[in-house]
Amino acid sequence: MSVGTPIDRIEGRLKVTGAADYTSDRILDGMLYGIPVGSTIAAGRVVRVDAKDALAVPGVVAVYDHTNFETLHSHGRSSLKDGIVDEHRAPLSDDDVQYYGQYVALVIAHTLESAQEGAALVRVTYAPSAVRNAPITPDEGERKLGSHRGDPDAAFAASAIKVDQTYRTPVETHNPIELHATVAAWEGERVTLFETSQAIVNHQRVLTEMLGAKSDNVRVLTHYLGSGFGGKLWPWPQSPLAAAAARKLGQPVKIVITREQMFMNVGHRPKTAQRVRISAGTDGRLTSLQHDSTNHTNMLDDYDEDCAEATTYFYSVPNLRVTSGVAKRNVGSPTSMRGPGAVPGLFATESALDELAIALNMDPLALRLRNVPQRDEGLDIPFTSCHVAECYELGAQKFGWDQRTAAVGSMHRDGMILGWGMAGCSWIADRLDCEVRVELSPGSARVFCAVQDIGTGTYTMLAQIASDALGLPVRDVTISIGDSSLPPGPMSGGSMATASVIPPTIAACKDALHKRERAAAQETVVGYGRSNGTFGGEPKKSSHSFGAHFIEVTWQPEIARLRVRRVVSVIDGGKIINPKTARNQIEGAIVFGVGMALFEETRYDPRTAAPLNRNFADYVVASNADHPAMDVTFLDYPDYDLNPLGARGVGEIGLAGVAAAITSAVHHATGVRVRDLPVTIEDLIGR
Amino acid sequence: MTRAASLDDALRAAASSQYCAGGTTLIDLMRQDVMRPERVVAINRLPLTSIDTTADGGLRIGALATNSDVAHHERVRADYRVLSEAILSGATTQIRNMATTGGNLLQRTRCIYFRDPHSACNKREPGSGCPAIAGYNRNLAVLGTSEHCIASNPSDQNVALMALGAAIDVRSVAVTRTIPIDQFYRLPGETPEIETVLEPGELIVGVTLPPMRGWRSHYLKLRDRQSYEFALASAAVAVRLDGSTLADVRIALGGVGTIPWRTPAAEAALRGATVSRDAFRAAAEIALRDARPQSENGFKIELAKRCLTQALIEVTA
Repeated sequence: MSVGTPIDRIEGRLKVTGAADYTSDRILDGMLYGIPVGSTIAAGRVVRVDAKDALAVPGVVAVYDHTNFETLHSHGRSSLKDGIVDEHRAPLSDDDVQYYGQYVALVIAHTLESAQEGAALVRVTYAPSAVRNAPITPDEGERKLGSHRGDPDAAFAASAIKVDQTYRTPVETHNPIELHATVAAWEGERVTLFETSQAIVNHQRVLTEMLGAKSDNVRVLTHYLGSGFGGKLWPWPQSPLAAAAARKLGQPVKIVITREQMFMNVGHRPKTAQRVRISAGTDGRLTSLQHDSTNHTNMLDDYDEDCAEATTYFYSVPNLRVTSGVAKRNVGSPTSMRGPGAVPGLFATESALDELAIALNMDPLALRLRNVPQRDEGLDIPFTSCHVAECYELGAQKFGWDQRTAAVGSMHRDGMILGWGMAGCSWIADRLDCEVRVELSPGSARVFCAVQDIGTGTYTMLAQIASDALGLPVRDVTISIGDSSLPPGPMSGGSMATASVIPPTIAACKDALHKRERAAAQETVVGYGRSNGTFGGEPKKSSHSFGAHFIEVTWQPEIARLRVRRVVSVIDGGKIINPKTARNQIEGAIVFGVGMALFEETRYDPRTAAPLNRNFADYVVASNADHPAMDVTFLDYPDYDLNPLGARGVGEIGLAGVAAAITSAVHHATGVRVRDLPVTIEDLIGR
Repeated sequence: MTRAASLDDALRAAASSQYCAGGTTLIDLMRQDVMRPERVVAINRLPLTSIDTTADGGLRIGALATNSDVAHHERVRADYRVLSEAILSGATTQIRNMATTGGNLLQRTRCIYFRDPHSACNKREPGSGCPAIAGYNRNLAVLGTSEHCIASNPSDQNVALMALGAAIDVRSVAVTRTIPIDQFYRLPGETPEIETVLEPGELIVGVTLPPMRGWRSHYLKLRDRQSYEFALASAAVAVRLDGSTLADVRIALGGVGTIPWRTPAAEAALRGATVSRDAFRAAAEIALRDARPQSENGFKIELAKRCLTQALIEVTA
């Protein structure tokens, strides 16, 4: 059996030798280079685009703006079936500027250098209007009732022990190393789009509509992805720009956006403001929980972060209400970022739990264990498989939590003050529609699916599943993915890809084996499998991943130095297909969480609404030196209600809860409760 | 862009050109459209890379000696530890392999508005205004600021050189002169675009360090993350101890000044004092007494005090 074994990535050699064909590496015959020009105001109108100097640069072929570009179709509906996009308006479709950096022109040239020089010479005249960028509040925007049970107002009012606090998370930017890129090439009515996409099937649907093309004529390819973190789930404007310019000019066009544009034009995790009201009896049993959140969004779009995604089922509490709203601002559209909703949401609720534990004079672990849910109380259905209590207990044991003394600043080591904090985590476990084709020859097989590997191990995991189902060694199984012309597969988002591909892959393998029995010895037989998704349906059981983090920080007040030293994480993520790639996901997510808790914030100028720290020197992410020692354990209980192997995805669960565990540890060390991320030096020593 | 074949060649080209050594600042800023030199003269193959002991036992570092070569040089590690530590606390190995001693002396600020050509900035476009004063200024200066500019000097190397009392050797076609580092940098005042006393056509050819027999030195850098980040506050300290008495002391601060910040008053307060945390903290209070916080960076005053106090504790331990 290969499933469950920690084999190396099957495509690893290609990557470390530079042989993997990433999108921005692609060079086609006669290919032109496009550079989008961004607005230098955040609100107003484009009065005039003067392209004279740009067009005079040798090699510049064309300069487009809203007056002379192709009419692209804006994408109106967002649904799994119709295709999802977060910036709905097609690029260069009008003179209306709604965020800083919005594309207002596109320069096309024979070389990258000419295009860059031309782009620097495009003169844009604006009529600016007042910028809408006020801070947001948790009650702003039309309230959407997410879930409701009991009478939370009455229970909260009646309770003697309660917490009522507002938590805030800033704009965070995905910043995968690979920049977003599109290479578009037309042959007659047919276009091939080499993309950096986490969802090639969705990308194909959206671009078909935007380009006004026939569905069969649009093909999207993403063979390898230099990660995405959600930022590459939905198409962003460089894709229709490249496709339309290539169609207009009759030559392939490549656009690779800049690191600066990564902060403006391809989404971000929105700013959130979240009010949490939580109350408990003296025994620590929760009596009420209210979670009201708002996130900012673009003036023209409606991105909803859904911060209370996990709030409704993660705690046993009889009285609950969660509401959400959006606040429109002059900012690019937000988008999903690793663990959207639950990650900022669990920062708020798990922080509130820690504050409640202090109010109760109770150990925060004991408070969690007291309120572990036995069923999904939000939907009033049972869980498929929930071992969160074991996550807490095993994590506490491995961490040595029983050695913790509760008083602030009471623990020391090597002359440093220690802070210990913990938090629970959860994430959805669902499947999406998926079809798989398997071609079985004597001694080898090929698996075909329009899914993609975003760097997490999908190639390897598929090979392991097919290897077991066919009884072939992994090395004899070839995986063909990353091409929208293959049988439609799921997006790599919501930690759903792994769970989604399992049923049809096994079914296709079985079908092929069955056909093999009746086929001639040397014949290649073809098996098919398909399965319908669970995501967005009305489930009879609630399927989620769970986990717990225990975190140690050190605090050296004499030099105001705070460091995350040690993390113990226990994850209930179903059956683990490949412990090596899965561990890689959890460890990466923990480091992501260190960045979220201590460093990351995209700062906007209060006057111009321009993102300021739009580079890797000033947008601080965790460096290698900031990695804590990490001890990750998977419980490995199969969730057979989800798929025949019992596997869930693990791309996001590891990030949820980390920030709350760190801020709780910071409080334990310093006495400072930070409710507005990230934790900064000035939070700890005074402004 | 041309390459200078000899020092004379470089000096003759100087008047109308921008010198480029390692390129780690200049090329970056040219790509950002912040610096737009008409001509660039590459000097990185000139024979200015040697590191030699001087007649009096000091050290002469060629202007083109790379940051890596200096930081790992045996004598620097032995006698000028503060310089080695300062250099190694900055940037990354790759950048330090390219960056040069002379180039680093002229490193430009990390002020975000300076580095955005679409923004106003008195340093980049004199008279256009300073948006940092009412904007994003968490990483900017609290010492030596003016109403026209609050940009901080980002260098680590130069803070150490300031504490060591380095001398900067300069050449032009007509003149050869040596500038003490504490007279090299200019406060922004009303002309933040002028950062040093270098005249047009002058080229830094080397840096001379005085002999430091009997001294110990140390660099402490504080920042948000553990590596690859500019200092929020740093301290370069050198002390000569006589038992537990501070016979002599030299102090410079980084991350908090518009220039690498020497603190003669704090040094004077410590000279002859007995080693103690209280004495160090009192000196730190003196070092920061003229600090003026901006809207976001007031914490740097306390941070710099803790940094200097701890650096002195560590160097005297």
